[in-house]
Amino acid sequence: MALYASRAKIRIAAIGFPMKSTPPPTGPGSPTGLSTPVSRRAFLRGLSTTALTAATLGAESVAAELAQGNAEQPRGPAALPVVLTINGEKRTFSLEPRVTLLEALRQSAGITSPKEVCERATCGACTVLLDGVPVYACMILAIEAQGRAITTVEGLSREGLTPVQKAMVEHDGLQCGFCSPGFVMSLTALLKSNPHPTEEQVRKACSGHLCRCGSYPHIFAAALAASGGRPVSKINLISHDHALA
Amino acid sequence: MPWPEKNRYLGKPTPRADAPAKVTGRAKYTADVVKPGMLFGAILRSKWPAAEVRAINLEKALAAPGIKAAITAQPVPFIVNYYGDELAAVAGTSRQAVLDALELIQVDARPRAFVTQELDAIKPDAPRVVPDSPNLGEGKARETGDVDAAFASSAGVIEGLYETQVELHHPLEPQGSAVLWDGDEMTAWSSTQGVHGVRTAFASSLEVPQNKIRVLCEYMGGGFGSKFMPGVQGILCARLAKAAGAPVKLMITRFEQALAVGNRPSSHQKIKLGADATGKLTAIQLESFGTPGHRSGASTGGGSGGAAFPAPYIYQAPATRIKQGSVAINAGQSCAFRAPGHPVASFGIESALDDLAVKLGVDPVAIRILNDPLEIRRREYQVGAERFGWKEKYRQPGSSSGPVKIGVGCAGSAWNSGMVRETQAEVQINSDGTVDVHCGIQDLGTGSRSVVQVVAAEMLGIDLALVTAHVGDTHFPPGPSSGGSRTTSSIAPAVYDACEKALAELKERSGIEDPRGANWKAACEKLAAFPVQGHGRWREGLADGGSKVAQGGVQFAEVEVDTETGFVKVRRVLVVQDCGQVVNSLTCESQINGGVIMGLGYALYEQRMMDRTTGVVLNPNFETYKLPGPADMPEIDILMIDQPERGVIGIGEPCTVPTASAIANAVANAIGVRVASLPITPDKVLAALGKVPGAGRQDTTALEIEQAFARLAAAPATTAREEIHA
Ligand code: FES
Ligand code: FES
Repeated sequence: MALYASRAKIRIAAIGFPMKSTPPPTGPGSPTGLSTPVSRRAFLRGLSTTALTAATLGAESVAAELAQGNAEQPRGPAALPVVLTINGEKRTFSLEPRVTLLEALRQSAGITSPKEVCERATCGACTVLLDGVPVYACMILAIEAQGRAITTVEGLSREGLTPVQKAMVEHDGLQCGFCSPGFVMSLTALLKSNPHPTEEQVRKACSGHLCRCGSYPHIFAAALAASGGRPVSKINLISHDHALA
Repeated sequence: MPWPEKNRYLGKPTPRADAPAKVTGRAKYTADVVKPGMLFGAILRSKWPAAEVRAINLEKALAAPGIKAAITAQPVPFIVNYYGDELAAVAGTSRQAVLDALELIQVDARPRAFVTQELDAIKPDAPRVVPDSPNLGEGKARETGDVDAAFASSAGVIEGLYETQVELHHPLEPQGSAVLWDGDEMTAWSSTQGVHGVRTAFASSLEVPQNKIRVLCEYMGGGFGSKFMPGVQGILCARLAKAAGAPVKLMITRFEQALAVGNRPSSHQKIKLGADATGKLTAIQLESFGTPGHRSGASTGGGSGGAAFPAPYIYQAPATRIKQGSVAINAGQSCAFRAPGHPVASFGIESALDDLAVKLGVDPVAIRILNDPLEIRRREYQVGAERFGWKEKYRQPGSSSGPVKIGVGCAGSAWNSGMVRETQAEVQINSDGTVDVHCGIQDLGTGSRSVVQVVAAEMLGIDLALVTAHVGDTHFPPGPSSGGSRTTSSIAPAVYDACEKALAELKERSGIEDPRGANWKAACEKLAAFPVQGHGRWREGLADGGSKVAQGGVQFAEVEVDTETGFVKVRRVLVVQDCGQVVNSLTCESQINGGVIMGLGYALYEQRMMDRTTGVVLNPNFETYKLPGPADMPEIDILMIDQPERGVIGIGEPCTVPTASAIANAVANAIGVRVASLPITPDKVLAALGKVPGAGRQDTTALEIEQAFARLAAAPATTAREEIHA
């Protein structure tokens, strides 16, 4: 009889709010993630009223954006050709303008690593990189992603696993794995912009993601290990007699 | 032959074999299945909490562009009992086409009166959820000893009302299937916890012979008890595929998950405990009711998701009186949910026990060690208390200084994982030395594929990389559904047995006395084009400790509570878990982390909210139904007690049982008053501190609660002998 001691030691984040925190500056829900001008313009065009938003956004800039938006030809509702650059490859699809990038990837491009979980920017399972920045693919229309470099987990490495993927495997940063591609994308972007993050920075980068299996401690451990940090999760064998004496 | 003592893999940390597939997107889940010509399916759901559906007109939907099939959920007319009940389903060439078509379906329905709160539903004049049966189902009652006399002679008595919420499973991969018919044969990819069980259910619902159906589930994105059956959505998918003459995939949405595919029932528990001056329990009285959804009279056994739960949980007293009832409301039905009944039972009794300890001035750990009948748990409390630093950390309730109060608490879990003796496995040894193991189980993310691989590599004495575990297919030897934490205890002995048989044949055919280890390659080469197959069955001596000896686990929690905002932050959780013979300590650790985190959500965040006036689910998304996220993570410290002599056991469920109770006790210890209702949200904390008027209790009154328990007391009771979980 023996006693294992395994210690997934996780410091408590400075954020005191125990609910899900606001999207992180580097996470997929961040303003830098989703191209603000494009989405706001689309939003305003759909809204067709500006009175309320004008007050908050500044009437001038709204007017300018509206003018720009209205100058464009309305598209749809029928399908139209959409050119997407996915994992370095230019591909043309015939899509209705209302099709999201997530749907286009999963249903038209046959790329299924971005998962559809909430479809409303709350879980991060659909995260892909757009010009290197993590974004929620469920929150972008496919037509908006034209001309930008779209990277999914499938496109991270031609051979073998990347350091993030390797660390996720070694530290068991997953259980069912449904959330994993999303975490891998955000952690990949994090380590690119910040090769030696602290655990708190890792938590922040992950805070736009949910994992119902509760793999977070091992995901944090994997991220730190991938950045060359000290492994934070270790399993010790403690003799049973010693422990239970 | 028992488990080997000198192990290469068994009990060691092993990265799960399917992890690379999962981090590269190669893992294909049901949601990812694509077949040529595959259509999208979607369900039209009731917007009425209760109605008679008199006619459904599908013509316009069928005529819409891209639509290939439209069917009603049942033969019309029928009754719907909750917001989200299935009305009809449509299949078409794109999701957009299908969503458009759903809006074209005309439903003629006559709304009926409804009720969505159990305290309303229990009233005599409440609308009946099911017309011909009362909302309050029969209670189960049990009494031993002279309860009233025992209370009268107790040194200390406490009485309290403890309440738990309806919790939703929310696996990240939704429920659903993809179905392909080839003539009268059907292949279903189902996101399920039991491929063999789903095949049986498909066969009986669709009236198709079982050998014409194949169910596949190579990868699945979590279930937590909600994916044992094809569900209405699976049956509708199969019917749509038949009607359309094309494959159909029907995955439900996040929104639908909150409505219709199961939940953990709520509870209102009135608990009275009596003890002598040392804290030894003399009497336990527990009355409870909760709602499992729109069917109340159905099973009340916790294992199937009913509103009753194991009682008394863990602790026993010479005098015990139990009565448990179940109330129907117009809401989606409950089903099994990770350790059904146990977290509910644990919260009530462990909270009450702490309240009793405070009243008597006895240390909470001491009162548990005094009353817990299970030796393993008593020792775990000792080990845990030492590692946790309980002595230094435990203070009088509410006595830490400053506006942010620190508190500690603990609680235990009881489990008995058992096993399925019919489980089988097949091991095939190929001439190049590789091994295929086939098992008709599935891997929910629990690592069962890794269990199969580790056991085979260990028993064959070969490198892990040579072994591939194949699961999730009804063409593989029968295995159990993954429930009750018994997949490991069922499959590991079967793989063991198959390996032994395969080795015996390899020995005979190769002429090599011990083909394991260094001789492996040479022995396998002799097989040429005819691999060895060993067919194994579950057998005694490897996992049956679980059925003879109850499993126990304990957890300790440390929290901080901001008394100005009411926010609770969990700093640390210590888990001491009885793990039997550990198979893979790395995936075991993952699973325990997951159990704790799910318990943390149950303690602080999660609750399905039903609107009283409209009958709708108010929080069918992750903005309003809060799951624990990365920022909420405490330090999780795990002590796995490895006991090879007990054989392999499961830990997926027991590890989630005591977390919420330990956190709740820690909150009470921090602020000096009990928040006796889960989840412990800031409004309830502030109300308990008297800083805001009774939040969380606005819609009910003490009188209503009293009347509800009076109705429960008056309800007819079946006397049931329930298994005592200790
Ligand atoms: S599916 Fe895009 S964030 Fe959840
Ligand atoms: S591993 Fe299952 S949701 Fe994250």
